[in-house]
Amino acid sequence: MDFQIALLLGQDGITNGAIYALLALALVLVFAVTRVIFIPQGEFVSYGALTLVMIQAGAIPATVWLLLGAGLLAAALDVRLALRAGQPGRLVRLVGWYVAYPLVLVALLYTLPVKDFPMIAQILFALAVVVPMGPLMYRLIYQPIAAAPVLVLLIVSVAVHVAMVGLGLLFFGAEGSRTPPFSDARFEMGPVMVSGQTIWVVVSSLVLIVALYQFFERTLYGKALRATAINRVGARLMGISPALAGRLTFFLAALIGALSGVLIAPITTIYYDTGFLIGLKGFVAAIVGGLGSYPLAAAGALLVGLLEAFSSFWASAHKEVIVFTLIIPVLLWRSLRGRHVEEEE
Amino acid sequence: MKPMFSPRLILGVFLAVLAVAPLVLSSFYVTLLNYIGLYALVALGLVLLTGVGGLTSFGQAAFVGLGAYTTAVLTTATELPGWLAWAGGSPWLALVVGLVFTAVVALVLGSLTLRLSGHYLPLGTIAWGISLYFLFGTLDTLGGHTGLTGVPPITVFGFELDRGEELFYLIWLFLLAAMLTTQNLLDSREGRAIRALKGGMVMAEAMGVNTARSRMIIFVIAALHACASGWLYAHLQRFVNPTPFGLHIGIEYLFMAVVGGAGQVWGALVGAGVITIAKQWLQDVLPRIFGQSGNFEVIFFGLMMVIVLQRARDGLWPLLARLVPVRATRRELDAAAEALPRKPLPAKGEVILEAKEVTRRFGGLVANNNMSLSVRAGEILALIGPNGAGKSTMFNQISGVDTPTSGEVLFLGRAVAGRDSREIARMGMSRTFQHVKLLPTMTVLENVAIGAHLRGDKGVLSSAWRLDRNEEARLLNEAARQIERVGLAEHMFDAAGSLALGQQRILEIARALAADPCLLLLDEPAAGLRFKEKQALAELLKKLRGEGIGILLVEHDMDFVMGLVDRVVVMEFGEKIAEGLPEDVQRNPAVLEAYLGGVE
Repeated sequence: MDFQIALLLGQDGITNGAIYALLALALVLVFAVTRVIFIPQGEFVSYGALTLVMIQAGAIPATVWLLLGAGLLAAALDVRLALRAGQPGRLVRLVGWYVAYPLVLVALLYTLPVKDFPMIAQILFALAVVVPMGPLMYRLIYQPIAAAPVLVLLIVSVAVHVAMVGLGLLFFGAEGSRTPPFSDARFEMGPVMVSGQTIWVVVSSLVLIVALYQFFERTLYGKALRATAINRVGARLMGISPALAGRLTFFLAALIGALSGVLIAPITTIYYDTGFLIGLKGFVAAIVGGLGSYPLAAAGALLVGLLEAFSSFWASAHKEVIVFTLIIPVLLWRSLRGRHVEEEE
Repeated sequence: MKPMFSPRLILGVFLAVLAVAPLVLSSFYVTLLNYIGLYALVALGLVLLTGVGGLTSFGQAAFVGLGAYTTAVLTTATELPGWLAWAGGSPWLALVVGLVFTAVVALVLGSLTLRLSGHYLPLGTIAWGISLYFLFGTLDTLGGHTGLTGVPPITVFGFELDRGEELFYLIWLFLLAAMLTTQNLLDSREGRAIRALKGGMVMAEAMGVNTARSRMIIFVIAALHACASGWLYAHLQRFVNPTPFGLHIGIEYLFMAVVGGAGQVWGALVGAGVITIAKQWLQDVLPRIFGQSGNFEVIFFGLMMVIVLQRARDGLWPLLARLVPVRATRRELDAAAEALPRKPLPAKGEVILEAKEVTRRFGGLVANNNMSLSVRAGEILALIGPNGAGKSTMFNQISGVDTPTSGEVLFLGRAVAGRDSREIARMGMSRTFQHVKLLPTMTVLENVAIGAHLRGDKGVLSSAWRLDRNEEARLLNEAARQIERVGLAEHMFDAAGSLALGQQRILEIARALAADPCLLLLDEPAAGLRFKEKQALAELLKKLRGEGIGILLVEHDMDFVMGLVDRVVVMEFGEKIAEGLPEDVQRNPAVLEAYLGGVE
């Protein structure tokens, strides 16, 4: 391997690492606030990317029907609750968000020539379809068992992942797809050519990380989420609704997932089940940070990205084995810093 | 009243149906039953791991793969390396090698993840499930993605089991043996330790249970069941390739355990049956409905899991069990069982516990400052003080849960600091908890028997094959004796969670006594007790004192303390403000001021 190849691989590693970092941040956030180990994070990557592909192909993305279906179900549940609680005033808002919103999306996708829109508008449409599935998922699946042990929540997460992969196959088919790059520009940086897409990915990730940081430091909702992460009961006593915190967290996780999918779709071919492996690499990174530290998780993500890039050069057949076996020394290290016997939550 | 059947009768009918099944069913159904048996064997391991032990693994399919590939390589390879040559060609030797290999892998993985909090194990198993799957597919010696063919049939006494109808008996024999031994194991000393893993680890450690070891045991057992299933699978299929050992199958195994009822041995069979049959049917129907081919059944399985975990977390088995009226069997105590040996108690009046100038700081806060106290054999010492005086911190220093910043605590002349709860329990110190810690679904008898854990030594194998019955009868007898002694005899077979709070505190005392201690640490034992119960408790403690046990109690209830104890130590703001006989302490101006405020 010469210096040139090393630089190329490094560039690959950093690009992927930036995506893993985003996903790792989302996983740490979801775990901290809701105790859910969010295995379906990766499905949002596939759903985001492939929904964009369908929009660009001029088709109605099948995911919008899932959104409508989940919305109807959530509306049915919440309307019943609102009526029983004697708050008919909430009905308009519930029906508006759960039912009218997806219907409007369907109408827009049918009537507007979205296929010919600029890419940025298409991306916004894709996000508008996929991201609301996050809070809906929290409402339908996790909220009824929010107090369950971590283990039960984890099994549910795996079940949701499995169902979403099946639905993904149904929606998008078994074929993989790519989207056109955001820009065709290439920059010469010393001895290497850096593609415009790489810069898009890295810069977008950084912008998103900074934006999240600002959100958590500066806004009331951000602070509410941090409070919930530190002490669930205490936050609740201070009037922070755990359901709201959950939905907000899942909204952010879905946004990060779908955006990651949109960002890497021009670089990697995305299949209906690609997201899972990408999400799991985010997990390996998050575990480096002990599912608790954001900076360590981000560092872990870069490590995973670079390890993946270089092992694909040296031992491409064993690339996945090497990346997932990284978890073992990490667990060993965490285990050696062991502590007293404690009760599981 | 509905007619009730004895469990034996129902089991007999079940076995008879199984025995004739391959003779009357078409080979399609026999194959289906074979697969149900194989899957149930894996799911059974997960019942133990997940339902009982509160751990979980998505990587069981990889263990199945280890079993299958080990036997496939050993029985088909033409050239084995010299050190392995002895194991070549024979499926039975390959089974042994596979089990040993799997146990080693499970031990290594377990030692990496089991000490971490519970969710690292499943995450670790996801990662290693994927790694191993890719490894199966890329190693040339394992045949890559095409796999290995020409696996020979298993022979039993020279008879070749080369038809599904013949292998059926071997598969179900393995499964039934595994179910029997698992059930036996759960109903034993080791089994109680395992059942305490879910929600009772701190308590179990205080009773001398090595919870890390118990976790490892169930993880290895689950892996071995999976390995055996893989071995049978390889000889049923007669070839192996990586597909059935991927992560998605590992997830399916977990689904089987959860859908069937992860808490019960029979749940594994029900879950494996439901999922296998449903999969067969859905794989047939769904592609036709959707007009394309693919594994769409996973959508249904995923949603089914979500609904099961939201609505019926105990799975299908409890719902099914309700349909068949089975007579409840109550376990019999063997009154003739020999009593357990007792440790000699220290001589009355001898100092058994001594805290010397114990100081504990939390940052700038001094929770205990220069505290000294001692407890003698055959004496009751009360540690009292207003809220926030530092009593609980002191209790933690004494029981070894926390380590003093300076000073030391000696128990029977040996330092407590630096020892874990198990060692301290073994030395003869036994405790109750301020916030009751018991296993609500287990009976009072079983809860108390956990206290006697260190007085038995029969392990997993003897429990599984019922070679522990003599010791078990003695342990249960001892537990029953302590229950009678504290006055809970009429609740012996009730679920511990159904007792009133006061009774649960008494149960904790019985559990502590079952450990045969020479020092009892009681954290607010009278809280929540009614007047009569307090009187009975006081009588019991007096009797124990008479036998020579030393008792340290932390208490709020002055009436209870003053009529009972020999000496009192009063704390305020982390310091000892008075010590002496109850009557003297009651007149001590410093104590009066601490409790009632200053006299103006």
